[in-house]
Amino acid sequence: MSLSILDRPNSYIGRTVPRPNAKKLVQGRGTYVDDIKLPRMVHVAFVRSPYAHARILAIRSDAAQAAPGVVRIVTGAEMAAVCTPWVGVLGHMKGLKSAPQYALAVDRACWQGEAVVAVVAHSRAEAEDAAQLVEIDWEELFVVADMETALDPETPVIHPELGDNLAFRRELDVGDVEKGFAAADAIVEETYITGRHTGVCLEARSILADYQPADEQLVVYHSTQAPHMMQTIFAKHLDLPETNVRVICKDVGGAFGIKVHTYPDEMATVALAKMLRRPVKFIADRMESFVTDIHARDHRVKARMAVSKEGRILAIEADDRTGIGPYSVYPRTSAIEANQVVNLIGGPYTNQNYRCTANVVFQNKNVMCQYRAVGHPIACAVTEGLVDKAARAIGMDPAEFRRRNLIADDAYPYKAPTGMVYEGLSHHKSLDKLLELMQYDRLRAEQAALREKGIHRGIGLAAFIEVTNPSAMFYGVGGARISAQDGCTIRLDPTGVITVSIGVTEQGQGTEAIMAQIAASSVGVPMDKVRLITGDTEVTPYGGGTWASRGAGIGGEATLQAGRALRENILSVAGTMLQAAPQTLDIRAGIIVDADTGAERMKLEELGRVAYFRPDTLPRDCQPELMVTRHYVQKDYAFVFTNGLQASYLEVDTETGFVTLLDHWVVEDCGTIINPQLVDEQIRGGVVQGLGGALFEECLYSADGQMLNANMADYLVPMASEMPDIAIAHVVTPTQTSELGAKGVGEAGTAGAPAAVMNAINDALSPFGASVAAQPFTPERVLRALGKIR
Amino acid sequence: MTESLPLNLPIDLTVNGERISATVPARQHLIDFLRETLSLTGSHIGCEHGVCGACSIRVNGAVVRGCLTLAVQCDGASVDTIEGLSDSGAIADLQSAFHERNALQCGFCTPGMLATGYDIVRRLPDADEARIRRELSGNICRCTGYHAIVDAIETVAAKRGAGA
Repeated sequence: MSLSILDRPNSYIGRTVPRPNAKKLVQGRGTYVDDIKLPRMVHVAFVRSPYAHARILAIRSDAAQAAPGVVRIVTGAEMAAVCTPWVGVLGHMKGLKSAPQYALAVDRACWQGEAVVAVVAHSRAEAEDAAQLVEIDWEELFVVADMETALDPETPVIHPELGDNLAFRRELDVGDVEKGFAAADAIVEETYITGRHTGVCLEARSILADYQPADEQLVVYHSTQAPHMMQTIFAKHLDLPETNVRVICKDVGGAFGIKVHTYPDEMATVALAKMLRRPVKFIADRMESFVTDIHARDHRVKARMAVSKEGRILAIEADDRTGIGPYSVYPRTSAIEANQVVNLIGGPYTNQNYRCTANVVFQNKNVMCQYRAVGHPIACAVTEGLVDKAARAIGMDPAEFRRRNLIADDAYPYKAPTGMVYEGLSHHKSLDKLLELMQYDRLRAEQAALREKGIHRGIGLAAFIEVTNPSAMFYGVGGARISAQDGCTIRLDPTGVITVSIGVTEQGQGTEAIMAQIAASSVGVPMDKVRLITGDTEVTPYGGGTWASRGAGIGGEATLQAGRALRENILSVAGTMLQAAPQTLDIRAGIIVDADTGAERMKLEELGRVAYFRPDTLPRDCQPELMVTRHYVQKDYAFVFTNGLQASYLEVDTETGFVTLLDHWVVEDCGTIINPQLVDEQIRGGVVQGLGGALFEECLYSADGQMLNANMADYLVPMASEMPDIAIAHVVTPTQTSELGAKGVGEAGTAGAPAAVMNAINDALSPFGASVAAQPFTPERVLRALGKIR
Repeated sequence: MTESLPLNLPIDLTVNGERISATVPARQHLIDFLRETLSLTGSHIGCEHGVCGACSIRVNGAVVRGCLTLAVQCDGASVDTIEGLSDSGAIADLQSAFHERNALQCGFCTPGMLATGYDIVRRLPDADEARIRRELSGNICRCTGYHAIVDAIETVAAKRGAGA
């Protein structure tokens, strides 16, 4: 029996190793889609709807057609003949409905920014010039902008064939909520609002499609998180055999969930390549990114909590309303965020009396779908906001209140009222660690002393759980061809190098680095003898790609098992060559050694030389198998949850309403840590995205459905000077669902940061009896809360 | 609209130490000239309205926005892109610090960050964390949360300052 990978000599697991693939990026020598040029390549620009809802009466493109460099102009009707529409529903989201969505609008546009006409030209500049010459006669239609009134009887229905504007409703009622409220010593309630915001990947959505008509081969260079999923979708809607479609994803300039969906303009680009029989490139510009990249988080949650004077949560009730735009996004659907809100409210706590309703409605705004930490920051803000309010109501310290309600560390597996089972969490250890890390008592004393001087600082805590390592229960059971399993192939090359190809993908989080660490450790070679291949449907094992914090936990386990299998195969050949029992041998640092003494027996390149070039010297029954594939899917739980807490320390200027972030702390438990630096940087980046939503980011819409700040000057994202350093510590509870024991970590930072900031602001404002509950917490909203402006 | 369609103008400039003569449309931005005409794709386009800093390039020793600078404005100029700064070794210490500190994730903002970082370590060797954060206010990173970038630049500034 060989040692666990975690205990093997020279293991890279748990070590900070710089990312091998980052070297090219610091030289500007990555390959993003827009860096690729192909012979005969043309560019597409889109004429987009200026209205939130309008009928297309006529399209005149003669002048555009005659403009310099124009190759082809395509309308919705022509496009529909090549690219079939899609409907974003899932079988297990009962009642979820949506209407067919087309690559280019046919007859009417349903949101401002929807692509209507495609203009293909020799350069993007020429395509944009010509697009301005396309004239469309519009008939403006009613606009459903406000999600709160979308279901009212007097509100018109966007898709009459669906009967109403309700996309999805979920109702959950567990335990005895009425009894909980009846027994309460205090009841707190609030309406929490999270602003509609978006990912703002610095590399906008990018796609280059190359169609070879002779053999009907489609190659798509795509900035995506899920190459195999997109392969299926391109094939299905362009009527091509799936095996004729290859999706290549080289470097991706940020994704965060934005690049895991079906976008009409991208489908149109691929269809144009098929129609024109030549490569077509589409790179979204920043303005069109803002009105077409999926938005997220536009939720209003009315919630209340019952507590006893001893500080026990007795019941939680919540009502979530969210508007998702005119279509449920394909293929993941736009019901997932609300579903997650229902699943996650109250998540860290022992309360079992829980009622929640979520209504997901259609409206004439850009679509919403899954963005980093889907639902988590919303549910966390609701839960943690109520927890702080409840603690204040009964006069208890918020840390102590949490201690009395967090699920005990020895209570696992634990079944939440939602039916979700938590495998193993560490709330109490994490809370202890956090309070120590932030020096909670000292900070409280400092806060009190400064308050005497009229300086208003606040301390905010937020406990969270995170959905990671999803099983097929997330999408597969609903009929979507989205893979929860992933595969890894490892090949020993004659030089002693191992080549690892894997279905999970890299967007900068360090996937390739950690897979190299796992493969190196599992096989027994140094890091510089590992080469990684990701992002190519033609050469990697079939896999789901990157979403729901699955890369390390799912892809990592597949890599570990593939590495183990390859090592066994290598040792079998080595045993034959060395006339030794394979179990007496091991591979360490790229050398086959005697397992007991560590003495060198043979270098891997020597084994490679013999196996590949002199197999004649091996016995007849010795067939080296030096390339192996292993797959892994997590089947034990719907998700492997992680947990953690965050804390924010900030100062509120009560004259200007400005919030200055001073410190931020995170304690997180993602199980086995493969690369400590990469884990911490995932958390930091995630926290800052959460802070963006908390303080700055919001897609502002007018009452007639026009996005008002669709540019980077008006849509604010966090900048270096506004962000604090972020201190991080860990508790390690490995998952027992895999040998590796790793859970996900990519979304933890985003999940808890807004709640921590909200609680800190409200802590600072508490002497004034003021509080905020609508994100982003802008100076204006803070001043309104203080009654300084109306 | 006048009858004069994009007017082309000749320019002579030095890019990464190499003399370049080209005829460019008057409206073409420097970033498009570098990426499309010269195939120097290391500088990236993030917003095309001067906010994100992904296209930050050195022109005559100053950091400029490639998306707000016209190619014709660079007639006679000396332009340094990430490719040139890499090959000359001028920012090798910064690149190494970024790599070791993982001060980049997706890498899209990185060439612009390095252009600004190079400017900071040359101009402000004594810069502390707060100053570095202020100096970086023209460069957006969506991945790292900035902490690692600030650390990497601070380390190099201190080393360069000590070595000077």
